[in-house]
Amino acid sequence: MQNTAAKNTAGRAPHRAGRVRPRGERSPLASFGLHATLIVTSVIAVFPVLWVLLTSLKPAKHASTTAFFKETTLANYTNLLNDTPFLTWFGNSLLVAGLTTVLGVFVSATTGYAVSRFRFPGMKPLMWTLLITQMFPVAVLIVPIYNIMSKMGLLNQPAGLVITYLTIAVPFCAWMMKGFFDTIPQEIDESGRVDGLNPFGTFWRLILPLAKPGLAVTAFYSFITAWGEVAYASAFMVGDENLTLAGGLQKFVNQYGAQWGPMTAASVLIAVPAAVVFVFVQRHLVAGMTAGATKG
Amino acid sequence: MAVHTSQSVAKAAGDNVARGRSRGAGKPPGRFRRAVSVHWYAWTMIAPVVIVIGVIIGYPLGRGIYLSMTDANERNVERSIGVNHLPATYKFVGLDNYTDALTGNQFLSTLGWTLVWTVSCVSVTFVLGLTLANMLNRRIAGRSAYRMMLILPWAVPGFVSVFAWRFLYNEDRGLLNKLLAGGGIDAVPWLNDPTWAKFAVIVVNVWLGVPFMMVALLGGLQSIPGELYEAAEMDGASAWQRFRHITMPGLRSVSSTVVLLSTIWTFNMFPVIFLLTRGGPGEATQILVTQAYKFSFEISPRDFAMSSTWGVLILILLMVFAAVYRRALRKQGEVW
Repeated sequence: MQNTAAKNTAGRAPHRAGRVRPRGERSPLASFGLHATLIVTSVIAVFPVLWVLLTSLKPAKHASTTAFFKETTLANYTNLLNDTPFLTWFGNSLLVAGLTTVLGVFVSATTGYAVSRFRFPGMKPLMWTLLITQMFPVAVLIVPIYNIMSKMGLLNQPAGLVITYLTIAVPFCAWMMKGFFDTIPQEIDESGRVDGLNPFGTFWRLILPLAKPGLAVTAFYSFITAWGEVAYASAFMVGDENLTLAGGLQKFVNQYGAQWGPMTAASVLIAVPAAVVFVFVQRHLVAGMTAGATKG
Repeated sequence: MAVHTSQSVAKAAGDNVARGRSRGAGKPPGRFRRAVSVHWYAWTMIAPVVIVIGVIIGYPLGRGIYLSMTDANERNVERSIGVNHLPATYKFVGLDNYTDALTGNQFLSTLGWTLVWTVSCVSVTFVLGLTLANMLNRRIAGRSAYRMMLILPWAVPGFVSVFAWRFLYNEDRGLLNKLLAGGGIDAVPWLNDPTWAKFAVIVVNVWLGVPFMMVALLGGLQSIPGELYEAAEMDGASAWQRFRHITMPGLRSVSSTVVLLSTIWTFNMFPVIFLLTRGGPGEATQILVTQAYKFSFEISPRDFAMSSTWGVLILILLMVFAAVYRRALRKQGEVW
C-alpha cells in the first residue's frame, strides 16, 4: 500500500509551503466529499438487492408499498417452499452447477499449468483459442448445440447443460489458473524434479496445494456461471420438474403476470449463498484474472 | 496473452532443452520423435481442454457456419412427428443469408443500437470503476465496509439482480415511479417507452458491471510501487500530475485487459436485455445476440439459418475488434 509508505514521517523532508498537499493528508472538506460520494454509491449498489429482501418480508398484498417494513412475515417463504416447485429447481441448479464446478476446475487446472510452465508447439494457438471462445455469441452455438443435444437425447437432462456450461467456464478458468500458476515460483517445480517427481507428480503434489486460492476462485467462477446462466437453460429445459432456478424464476414473471411475493423470496434464497461465498473469494478472483491476462 | 516469461525453456522449435528427465546421449532421434518426447506431458495436460473445445465448440461452430449458408428452419430440418421421421430438406443457399442481413434494415439498425449500448456501458462503467477504485485506494475510515457494499451487485447472480430492477422499474407499482409520484412527477414508462427502455437497460448493465471494473482497477492501483509517488512528490508534482503520469501509465495493462473483456461481455450481454425487456418495446432494445436467439427460439417457424448467420457476423465483428485493439496496444508498446 502506498499510504503506509507515506506514513513514515521520520525520514520525510520538512513540508514545503505551497499548493502541494502530501498524500495521506486531506482537508476536512475533501474527506467529507470522499465519504459522501462513497456512501451515495454504496447505497445505489446495495439498494435494489436490499429492496427485494425487504419486499420478501412483506405480505404479498403490500408488495408495492414504499414503506421499508410492513406487517413483517415469512409467509412468502413458506408459500414458495410449499406451493411451488422451487426446491426442485434449486436441486436441479445445484446438481448442474456442482458437476460443472468439479469438471471445470480439473480441466482448467491442468491446462493452466501446462500453459504456465511449458513452451510447447501449439501453445500460442491454444491461448488464442481460449481468448476467442470468450467472444462466442450464444447465438452461433445454441442452435447446433441444441441439435446435437436433441440427437443424443440430452435435452431436458442435467448432463446436457453441464457439457454446455463447461464450454463457457473452462476457457476463462484456464486463463485464470495460468495467472495463478505464474505467481508460483518455478524453483518449486525444479526442486520437485530434482527429487525425482515427474511433471505430473510435481503438478499434483507440489503446485496444486499451493494454488488452492486459485482453485477456489476457479471453482467459484464455474459455479456462478452455471448458477446464473439464462439462455441455454431457457432453451434446453422445459417442464416444471426440469427447470433450473434461472428458468424457474421466469415463471413467476411471465405466466402469472408478476408474483412479486414468491419471486422476491426466491431471489433472496438464490442470492444469499452466492453472495456470501463471493465476498470471501473476490480478492483472489481479480488477482488471478489480471495476472493471467497481463503477465507479459 | 502468453509471451515468454523469464523461464528456462526451449525458445524455438528445434532448440529443445530437455526438461526433467535427463537423457543419455544416444542417436539423435527424428524431429517429431524429439518433439513428442519433450512435449508429451504438456500435450497430455492440455488434451482435455482441446477435446472439450473441439467437440463442443469446434463442431457446433462448424455446423453453425454451415447452417448460416442454408435455408434451414423449423419446417425443413430433420425431425420426428409422432412416429414419422422426416429427413432434412433444407438446401444450400451460399451467402444469401449474409447479403440479406447486411443489406436489410434489421441487422444494421440492431448493430447500431448494439454499438451504442456497448460503448456507453463500457465507458461509463470504466469511468465509475476508476473513480471508485481511486477513492478506495486511500486511507479512509470504513474502507472494507464500502468495498463490500460496492461489490454486492457483482456477487448476486445476474438474473436475480435483473428481476430486482424489473421490480423497481415496474410502471404502476414499482418503487421508482412511486417515489416520483411522491414528488408530484408523472410516472415514467421505464420499460415501455423505447427511449426510456434503452436508458433503463444501460443503467442496469452499468450497475452490474462497475464492481468488476472497480476491483480489477483497485488491484492494478495497489501494484503500482509507492516509491514512484514518493519521488513525484519530492519533485513537487501536483495530485493531478501524479494521477496523469504515474497512475494512468501504471494502470495501462490492467485497464486494457478489462476494457477488452468487458467490451466482449457487454456486446454479448444476453441476460440483461432478455430478462428486462425481452428486446422490447417493439425491437427497441434488441441487441444482436438477443435477436439471434429470438430467430431460433421465439418466432414461428424458427429460423435457424438467420440465427446462425447473425451469430457468425457477431463473431466476425468481435474478432476484428480484438485484432484491431491488440494492434493499437502494440503501437503503444504494450506487449500483450
